[in-house]
Amino acid sequence: MTTTLPATDTSPPGARTAPRLSEKSRVLLVTGAVLLVVAVVAGLRAGSGAVLTQALVTGVLTGGIYSLVAMGLTLIYGVLHIINFANGSLVALALYLTLICVQDLGMHPYVALVVVMPAMFALGALLQATLLNPVMKAPIQIQLLITIGLALAIENGLLLAFGPNPRSVALPGNTGVQVLGATVELSRIWAFAGALVIVALLALLLQRTRVGTEIRAVAANPEGARLVGIDIRWIYVLTFGLGAMAAGAAGVLVSPFTTIEPTTGAVFNLTAFVVVVLGGMGNVPGALVGGLVVGLTEQLAGLILPTQSPLLAVFVVFLVVLFVRPRGVFGRSA
Amino acid sequence: MPEPMLELTGVRSGYHGLEILHGVDLTVGVAEVVALVGANGAGKSTTLKSAVGEIKLQGGSVTYRGERVGHGRSHELARRGLMLVPEHRALFGSLTVEENLAMGSRARLGRPGFDKEWVLDLFPILRERRTQLAETMSGGQQQMLAIARALMGAPELLLLDEPSTGLSPKLTADVFGAVEAIRERGVSILIVEQNASHVLEFADRAYVMESGSVVLDGTGAELVADARVKAAYLGG
Repeated sequence: MTTTLPATDTSPPGARTAPRLSEKSRVLLVTGAVLLVVAVVAGLRAGSGAVLTQALVTGVLTGGIYSLVAMGLTLIYGVLHIINFANGSLVALALYLTLICVQDLGMHPYVALVVVMPAMFALGALLQATLLNPVMKAPIQIQLLITIGLALAIENGLLLAFGPNPRSVALPGNTGVQVLGATVELSRIWAFAGALVIVALLALLLQRTRVGTEIRAVAANPEGARLVGIDIRWIYVLTFGLGAMAAGAAGVLVSPFTTIEPTTGAVFNLTAFVVVVLGGMGNVPGALVGGLVVGLTEQLAGLILPTQSPLLAVFVVFLVVLFVRPRGVFGRSA
Repeated sequence: MPEPMLELTGVRSGYHGLEILHGVDLTVGVAEVVALVGANGAGKSTTLKSAVGEIKLQGGSVTYRGERVGHGRSHELARRGLMLVPEHRALFGSLTVEENLAMGSRARLGRPGFDKEWVLDLFPILRERRTQLAETMSGGQQQMLAIARALMGAPELLLLDEPSTGLSPKLTADVFGAVEAIRERGVSILIVEQNASHVLEFADRAYVMESGSVVLDGTGAELVADARVKAAYLGG
């Protein structure tokens, strides 16, 4: 005998995921409108369309990179609920790895991706397996202290190995090109395109593959994941590896236009943290939007308040978002 | 009595150093339906969690198919066919119904199991809601999804913790109907219920728990007839 259960639910089938989507698009719409108003003000203030275009193009290009740097941070937070303070240091480490690949091994900077990304994945996986997995059930401050310690260790290790002098990586054929009337370095366009590709690949992995669904399942309910046979410690290792790999990819992509110093990571850490909070902690598409918002804010603020640090405007936006929508643009309510 | 699949011997366990179970002995045999009844706080859920290694034992032992169950190995047990549907369901709320079911079959690992269509025939509402996020479903639907997800994993012994909690009498009857169908497919079931009259009627055997210990056990029929059980759990 097979017992068949009747459909007893009374809620209309049409009202399923629609409210969530419309809320997301509403928030996106508001964000876009605010940015548009700011852009108009910035344009009037600059008094020149060309200057405004330059700021917009640079803002979008930089924002894409911020998204990639933040991707690792948000992925790790979403699944492991650890704020990885070593994220910026991992970017710095990847910058030095790129430097070795280019200067010592004679590689093209972008070819270094095939070395640096797997290396960073392996390092991230190893760090999770050895340092963080044993303390996953410990109070959150233990995990935070480990990532802060890791950041210090990486930074000082780099200082020890490479010294404090700033270094740089040259991209062959890196000239200025015209994009929508703005002049930008080719390396920034490649970095933006590369960031988009890697973010898209990560999103595909999470949404379309079995292991990606397992990662999302662990993020949604670790206990439920264990109960269906998923070894969550392995998923943690994989996720930290992916997060470190995203930081690694960011390091390679920004290397042609970034001053390479052991402390470079600190700047990335701060920006990435703002991006992640803006986009919603643990939200991958949110990090993409957050990155673009921060990139544009920096550039437009430079036009409106030319004498101030662009970071000032970023933090003002950050505070406003925290005040109006504390869970971030795409964040879910707790 | 059939050969035991799951055997708890003198199990002592609890949370944060506080002992809740004070030496629980319990067995579930092949193709047997065993009920665990008792008042709120008697330790029924703790017993189930101890059985799958979600809680560290302070004493005693748990064996599944002759092998000792270690703490924190619930994923391995799930892959060997011991699956728990916890009271709070532990669904993947941000995943769709379809994805929840796919994750359930993660535990199967090549073992033969139920046909997905058979599972969906059991709970047709899930077929209609395949693309819906689990967290947006009603309590009854979530309970059905939780059981369906476990079924996708080809359970040989299914532990059900209060499957009727928060459900209307109609939905409760539906869920128990499904449990009956699962039993007919030869799956062993250990079911925890506060609603004792319901489960004692169809369980092969039952245990009555009080304050972290088993105080009575017997066949369902024996316990239904027991004056103490009648007084305490069946409304006199």
